[in-house]
Amino acid sequence: MAEALNFHFIVDGEDFTSAGQASVQVKKNLRQLGLPSEIIRRVSIAMYEGEINMVIHAGGGTADVNVTEDYVEILLKDNGPGIKDVEQAMQEGFSTATDSIRSLGFGAGMGLPNMKRYTDFMKIDSVLGKGTDITMRVNIE
Amino acid sequence: MKISTIRELLDAQVICCEDGLARHVYSACGSDMMSDVLAYVKDQAVLLTGLVNSQVIRTAEMMDMNCIVFVRSKMPTPEMTELAKESGIVLLATKKRMYEACGILYSNGLVGNRVKNG
Repeated sequence: MAEALNFHFIVDGEDFTSAGQASVQVKKNLRQLGLPSEIIRRVSIAMYEGEINMVIHAGGGTADVNVTEDYVEILLKDNGPGIKDVEQAMQEGFSTATDSIRSLGFGAGMGLPNMKRYTDFMKIDSVLGKGTDITMRVNIE
Repeated sequence: MKISTIRELLDAQVICCEDGLARHVYSACGSDMMSDVLAYVKDQAVLLTGLVNSQVIRTAEMMDMNCIVFVRSKMPTPEMTELAKESGIVLLATKKRMYEACGILYSNGLVGNRVKNG
């Protein structure tokens, strides 16, 4: 791969049922590129958690995936309410999700910790009232 | 453990992807919280859940799981079945409750999973 490959997605914030479609597509694309299955799984789980977060907390956003020779990078951007306390949000079990979200199987306070667990680099830039940008990278060994 | 053995042990109905019954699973995870499922990583696992929505199928797909067992008489929707067919994930449905279903599989040799610590 001489040049980086880019995939761009718009994540619909209105439809919980379709949440995760971008991650499914990325998984297919990375398979076609022939990346190792462990790398593909880590990228797709981290992106899927991010996509779900965007739908349940931020009303949707955009996702960009860049594939370079050395790593797969996921950039998530939303114009949601922002994260008040990032350190607190990173703790396993902490969640601001409502009971209705929990009844859908999410909001256990594992989303952000899972994103960190499956990636080699993760950075959160969040501004209250403006939105959240998340950058994640999974190294290709 | 073969998926066909899981079907027999849990007296389960096959909803889709019968072709996959001969495949093996090596670990299992029982939860209604999908983020808890996503915190565990292992190839060729079976997911036991009482949750019914399309994210159950997507979660299994992300985790490369090849079988989902719906417990306590829960049935997947037609949309979920379609999604499962696209990915070749075997869907089973049992009347047994989560605790009993997990216990039966565990005592027959299908052990759980380790948490991958970041």
